[in-house]
Amino acid sequence: MATTPVEPTPQIQNAASKPVSAGTLLRFSTAGSVDDGKSTLIGRLLYDSQAVLEDQLASVKKSKINRAAGPIDFSLLTDGLRAEREQGITIDVAYRYFSTPRRKFIIADTPGHEQYTRNMATGSSTADASVVLVDATKGVLRQSRRHAYIAHLLGVQHIIAAVNKMDLVGFSQDVFERIVAEFQQFASQLGIRNVYAVPVSALEGDNVVRGSKRMPWFTGPTLLEHLENLRATGASLDAPLRFPVQYVIRPDATFRGFAGQVASGTLRAGQNVIALPSKVKTRVRSIIAFESEPLSAAPGDSVTVTLEDEIDISRGDMLVAEEQVPSAGTAFQAMLVWMHNEPLDPHKIYLLKHTARTVRARIHQIRYRVDVNTLDQLPAKKLDMNDIAAVDVKTTLPLFFDPYRLNRTTGSFIVIDPLTNVTVGAGIIERAIEEQPHTSQRRNSTKEERILRFGHPSGAVWLKGRPHVAELLERRLFDEGWHAQLAGPNDFLAHELVTVAKAYQLSGHITIFSPLDDGTDQKRVVRAIYGPDAFFAVKIDDDTDEEATERIMKVLRKWRDKQSDSQKGSS
Amino acid sequence: MSTVEIQPAPLLEASRLEHLKMLEAESIFILREAAAEFAHPVMLYSIGKDSSVMLRLAQKAFYPGKIPFPLLHIDTSYKFPEMIEFRDWYARHVGAELIVHKNQKALDEGANPYDLGTQKCCGLLKTRSLLDGLAEGGFDAAFGGARRDEEKSRSKERVYSFRDSLGQWDPKNQRPELWNLYNGRHHKGESIRIFPLSNWTEFDVWLYIHAENIPIVPLYFSKEREAVVRGNSILLLQTGVHLLPGEKPQMIKCRMRSLGCVPCTGAIRSDADTVPKIIEEMISFRRSERENRVIDHDEEGSMELKKREGYF
Repeated sequence: MATTPVEPTPQIQNAASKPVSAGTLLRFSTAGSVDDGKSTLIGRLLYDSQAVLEDQLASVKKSKINRAAGPIDFSLLTDGLRAEREQGITIDVAYRYFSTPRRKFIIADTPGHEQYTRNMATGSSTADASVVLVDATKGVLRQSRRHAYIAHLLGVQHIIAAVNKMDLVGFSQDVFERIVAEFQQFASQLGIRNVYAVPVSALEGDNVVRGSKRMPWFTGPTLLEHLENLRATGASLDAPLRFPVQYVIRPDATFRGFAGQVASGTLRAGQNVIALPSKVKTRVRSIIAFESEPLSAAPGDSVTVTLEDEIDISRGDMLVAEEQVPSAGTAFQAMLVWMHNEPLDPHKIYLLKHTARTVRARIHQIRYRVDVNTLDQLPAKKLDMNDIAAVDVKTTLPLFFDPYRLNRTTGSFIVIDPLTNVTVGAGIIERAIEEQPHTSQRRNSTKEERILRFGHPSGAVWLKGRPHVAELLERRLFDEGWHAQLAGPNDFLAHELVTVAKAYQLSGHITIFSPLDDGTDQKRVVRAIYGPDAFFAVKIDDDTDEEATERIMKVLRKWRDKQSDSQKGSS
Repeated sequence: MSTVEIQPAPLLEASRLEHLKMLEAESIFILREAAAEFAHPVMLYSIGKDSSVMLRLAQKAFYPGKIPFPLLHIDTSYKFPEMIEFRDWYARHVGAELIVHKNQKALDEGANPYDLGTQKCCGLLKTRSLLDGLAEGGFDAAFGGARRDEEKSRSKERVYSFRDSLGQWDPKNQRPELWNLYNGRHHKGESIRIFPLSNWTEFDVWLYIHAENIPIVPLYFSKEREAVVRGNSILLLQTGVHLLPGEKPQMIKCRMRSLGCVPCTGAIRSDADTVPKIIEEMISFRRSERENRVIDHDEEGSMELKKREGYF
């Protein structure tokens, strides 16, 4: 390897040369495992920048556990929870704060273990910069690649490679250069342009806050100096206006203000805007802050807007620039990080929260799963916890969105399980999927379209003598997002049943027939309407209502999955 | 040091306050989001400096409308009289509805910090009382002024912190929180604690109080007060504090760094009698603000234990 001095990529020099005004806020995430010395690095940043308070230090010194060789175990400053202290691992995202005379910093400290991809994504979602740790004794491991990939995917603008444990490789320039070359190569594969590499020893403090006398060959800024000079991402002032309405303020009949945070662009008094979804054009009358009326509001400002015209706007609507409106639609492609033990179910109806709008949605197709270690795109039928995939999403109501790379606010969403209320996934929107133009080809919806929307073909469950099970089953199906209908004995006259069955069969519902009397003929006729593959006659058993319901649900889910697999195979 | 020369603080220059605007906008976003998504939110009002800031942010979030939720104060009945006076004045001043809740049953049965010890007393008069107060009001969301920089276990707290039907926090099973997309969905009986000041530090809070001229309880400002030195703490001699054998009351120039109950919150020696002086003092000061609370130091990780049980 040549002995030329290391040139940290030229982009960095540019970033560092731009002055950053004092007092701004920079959010950065750190990623890495305990072995990389990530907690030690953060502890060192906090300690050397004198943010560690004396009494906190005293309690660390007192503590029985000390995993580090040095006099103070810096990682104990950052690992908050009991379980972590006992197991010696960081299991969740922790936020840390410190200030220098230049600016305030928020660190999202995220764990590096494989099963915690979701936490890394969480930490990256709000970060302007990401510090990826590389162990100088080990080189660029899968983990470093994974961190860089996730940070880049989530739109982190500045990636910093902190090559740590330089003390263990004799502060060798060769080792550093070799690692940087490897990292740069991987980064450029990903399309990451802003990489700054800095050789550090977190344990001994070299190049973290202060420069290193032991690495005179390195002349770039220290880690902290670099962070102090980075530009916070912030949405561009030139981007088109996006103002999602969060809350309507109506103190009396004369005032109607729309409160929200400017997602991008500049909001100006007197400016023409379009309200979505109504597409009504109007003009901003005034911008209201607390006891003042500024003439404009910049991205990130939380303000209240009054409009010239009385138009109907509520939470979840959006005010946008008239010259550049966002996509408005119900179908888009996205990259999804799955965050829950229970795998993604492409048939299930989830809730999707996007800006101030929550809608029902299906993630009905997985285009491919990304192997975050190799970046290979692999076929996938389901997504497990920590999987990242390209998916197609279909929502029930339209969203107003931009691609994530253009707008972090209008391009991001979370996925919520409607039954447990837990956040199960997070996604970034890549592009709208053109919907079938309805006007050019006027024809009614087909059976296939209905299957795509409902997630299942039509079917019948024949359930005689268990009216409670019929009710329970309908509820369960409905709650899980099926299109289910109960046809109870009081709903129709006996002779109407055949007509009703035919209608439901066409409409694509799962219909639960709960007849009173024997009606053997009726059963035969209904079976004929649905066909043997979609007709389920439930044998009366002595199991409880709940057990019976669960038994039927299992059969139906299996049937549905089989149907949709064969559907995909044929298409 | 008795005389501190106060510079016309360069710290308080406008350019240094830029990050406060970002913090303020984020907090207002959180307050509005919760007010829109919850049926019965309430703001936990503890009378301290953080509560004062949170209340100002709520005024701003809904201006020119009124704050669309009530304030709830959990009164242990061991608070400083100056706090109660300030509370009633400030709530009226802001025009907010104030609910005061006490665990009257425990008080009637004689609960007090002297006989029970701080852990048990807090459990009954704060944690239990808070859970009861929330349940009685049927509140499904409660804003709290906690900040992540206060204590280690708080650094992992979400902005929206889910609590089960018993009000408990499960640190290992928190909902992921990305961007500013907060998930407030919950079943009946469950609730969410919401922390709009999550990303503020103690320093930010003081800078903001200064920049916005926000009223705070006079106990934060230094003056000569009758007190007793007990161990490492300076306790103000007020209702309920009894002298131990051998202790003598003395006049000490001191102030409170955080506000709690009379017997369990110590004062610090200080000359800072204005907000800028407090800010100057903080810089030379290297003690975390909770150090004067007896309760957090009973055992390592005691804050985490209390939080799991439902404490703020």
